[in-house]
Amino acid sequence: MIGAATVTACDSCLRRGYLVGRLAGHIAGILDSPHRRVTGLLALPDEKLIQAVARERAGDALGFLEEFDAARARAAVERSQSTAVCRHDSSFPTQLADLEDAPRVLFTKGRGDLAALSQVEPRVALVGARRASAYGLEVTHALGRGLGAAGVTVVSGLALGIDAQAHRGCLEGGGTPVAVLACGPDVPYPRTNRRLYEQVCERGLVVAELPPGQPPFRWSFPARNRIMAGLATLTVVVEAAERSGSLITSDFAIQLGRPVGAVPGQVTSSRAAGSNALLKDGAAFITSAEDVLDELFGSGGGSRPRSSSSRDQAEAEPGGDPVQGLLLEAVEAGLGVDGACAHTGLPVHEVRAGLSRLEASGHVSRDALGIYRRTAAERRAISPRHWNA
Amino acid sequence: MLASVATFALVGVDSHEVTVEVDVRRGLPAFTLVGLPDAAVREARERVRAALLNSALEFPLQRLTANLAPASMRKAGPSFDLALALGVLIASGQVPAEAARGMAVCGELSLSGSLRPFRGALSMALGARAAGYERLVVPVENAGEAALAEGLEVLPVGSLGRLVDLLHGRWELEPARPDPVRSERSLHAPDLADVRGQGDAKRALEIAAAGGHNLLMVGPPGAGKTMVARRLPGILPPPSFDEALEITRIHGVAGLGDGRLAAERPFRAPHHTISPSGLVGGGSQPRPGEITLAHRGVLFLDEVAEFSRGTLEALRQPLEDGFAEITRGQRSLTFPARTMLIAACNPCPCARPAGDCRCNDVDRLRYSRRLSGPLLDRIDLVCQAAAPPAAELVDPHGAALERSSVIRARVIAARERQRDRLGGSGAYCNADMDGRLTRRHGALGDDGVRRLLGSVEQGGLTGRGHDRVLRLARTIADLAGRSRVSAAHLEEALAYRLASPVGLAA
Repeated sequence: MIGAATVTACDSCLRRGYLVGRLAGHIAGILDSPHRRVTGLLALPDEKLIQAVARERAGDALGFLEEFDAARARAAVERSQSTAVCRHDSSFPTQLADLEDAPRVLFTKGRGDLAALSQVEPRVALVGARRASAYGLEVTHALGRGLGAAGVTVVSGLALGIDAQAHRGCLEGGGTPVAVLACGPDVPYPRTNRRLYEQVCERGLVVAELPPGQPPFRWSFPARNRIMAGLATLTVVVEAAERSGSLITSDFAIQLGRPVGAVPGQVTSSRAAGSNALLKDGAAFITSAEDVLDELFGSGGGSRPRSSSSRDQAEAEPGGDPVQGLLLEAVEAGLGVDGACAHTGLPVHEVRAGLSRLEASGHVSRDALGIYRRTAAERRAISPRHWNA
Repeated sequence: MLASVATFALVGVDSHEVTVEVDVRRGLPAFTLVGLPDAAVREARERVRAALLNSALEFPLQRLTANLAPASMRKAGPSFDLALALGVLIASGQVPAEAARGMAVCGELSLSGSLRPFRGALSMALGARAAGYERLVVPVENAGEAALAEGLEVLPVGSLGRLVDLLHGRWELEPARPDPVRSERSLHAPDLADVRGQGDAKRALEIAAAGGHNLLMVGPPGAGKTMVARRLPGILPPPSFDEALEITRIHGVAGLGDGRLAAERPFRAPHHTISPSGLVGGGSQPRPGEITLAHRGVLFLDEVAEFSRGTLEALRQPLEDGFAEITRGQRSLTFPARTMLIAACNPCPCARPAGDCRCNDVDRLRYSRRLSGPLLDRIDLVCQAAAPPAAELVDPHGAALERSSVIRARVIAARERQRDRLGGSGAYCNADMDGRLTRRHGALGDDGVRRLLGSVEQGGLTGRGHDRVLRLARTIADLAGRSRVSAAHLEEALAYRLASPVGLAA
């Protein structure tokens, strides 16, 4: 089990955290559009916040403030194996202070150290669509893995699609994933990603503004996005439609004056319209983890990805054998297994065995129905230049 | 006077003995039938009366009571007619009771007194033999099928009058012989040499046939998935005599057979609109479902993603256990269902060629999830069926393709290796091996172990998947005639194993 650290947050900040949780339902009641005025609201001091959102029930909420029992709250946080850190604590991420409505307390869960968030430079937020394309997922996975391997902390929101893929890639690259949730830190939301949530807890950190046990609200997603943007030194949008949640994150980053990057998407696809618009507006052009590192450290700078996993070795030496190269070409051209037999002139059992080796080395992958695809990460490694070299 | 005559009733695909007791007694003329008869059995009274009179026999104008024992079993269908008529004849003294000793009779009567065929003759003959009867009287049309039960004298009789002649010794009759088995494979049987392209699907089909593995073919519409699947029975070993008997018995009960011993394994391809009870058996008088009709053969589910969830769910237990258990009211029936499953589906929901596909990963995942769980759990191989290039299709001088008989010889050789190895362990082919047998017989060399370890560490292989891959690799080695599983065999097996949908947006 993950040992709960002592809850270091001071009484007043802890009370603020629980107050936001207490008022979450009221806030939901007055915010009909997803990101209207969330910023202003959360910047209000306790009493004003109560008056703004609770209205006729303000008495109850004020009563809650008066009766708040910090010791009990600490016990509850510990029970959920989470911890709480407030802005008075030295380990609280200083970069969040740039937000005018920065949360005063963060609830976290996981083995990772919150202090690492503020001290270990750099941190990249990787965000994008829930309904992503195969291309978007592949690119995200490759980015997450490359950044994880380079020791860059990858921040994302554990949502379906791009977010989840960013965490997976980061985990695979051996990096520290940070998931910022729109609910309490002990609530694995969405439930589909429960396993991933556990892996993030195991190897990284889950961060939330709402106290343990709180379900997510509609408004808490854009609120979560401001924290992602606040934590990250660079925000990269992979696939985002126009007016999507991912663009809220990049908007916050822009407001904070932090750099924003985007991965080019298909121009005919509406799911990439938002990210392509960012590029047009001058966002950094991101096609690989190296591009992200260049953006963070300047061209050629930064630590090269640590090559530790077997996959990385394969990346450097993709089979070394021309037949495997032909097989890769066949997969890339979408020829199917029969087509690969014709392309390589090999009998089908050798083609299957060869594909199996390419899968083991990470050059190809199969979808849920067994159709082979080239993986994005290794595309660079087998380019003709490399073959001849 | 009291008479009792033996006959048989179908229960599922088995038959149970039923004793027809007829009591004739003075009183107002009446014919009462007791012992849980259904409507068709109750109507037998009218048929028996008319058949007796039209055969120039006497229908006693007395009080007749007939009982079908055991009284607790429901009786259905018209095959009790002949036994009832014979009971009446014996009870009224028109036929000597000794003449019918050691004899069972089955058959439906027409009003004219001639006998009509019924379903399940072989099942009833096997039941009669097991119950110790020496002779079984059946309609002429059923005689060939019933005579497949060796050691039972099957007497083909055309009409009630002829039966009376026989029992009076006025007529001698040669016991029926089984109809000759049709020559093993007709020239028109589908042959794999007719299928152009499809190298991957053919290879997967051969492996599936050699080890008894279940197969999923993924390919666009029109690629030839059905064509390939239909050719599987032709490369499977021909059924042994006992297997053929099981097949014939089931098909007889379902009214599908032609009365001859089955020479080929069955191939059943139900449409995707089939109901759960149509697939695994059911109905108020439970009938065998498609999976039972495919017993010892092939069950092919085309467009498997279109089958309803409930229908696929219902397959789980029979696929696991090799029999289907149907419970209706207080009764529970068991149908045999040992079959190879071949499924086919499109690569994505829009079913367009790869270039025109408009599906995103979420759509694809949702599509593949329709199959997940009950079905994919039981699939050992997934292959691709691609439409062959046009040039290959029309080329009249294309290289001669391998004939089914050649492939079948390899499959039989591989199965023989398995039989030698697995003899006495309860498993017949590699797919039947449990975890212990898999570890004993699927042992890998050092390079293979390293390779497998790599896959496990990569997270693509679970414990169950691990055993499945070893079984598959064992079959591939058997096909190659090798006693040890090499790294190449293992690699091929890994490539056919279903990729787990890890890494997709979950």
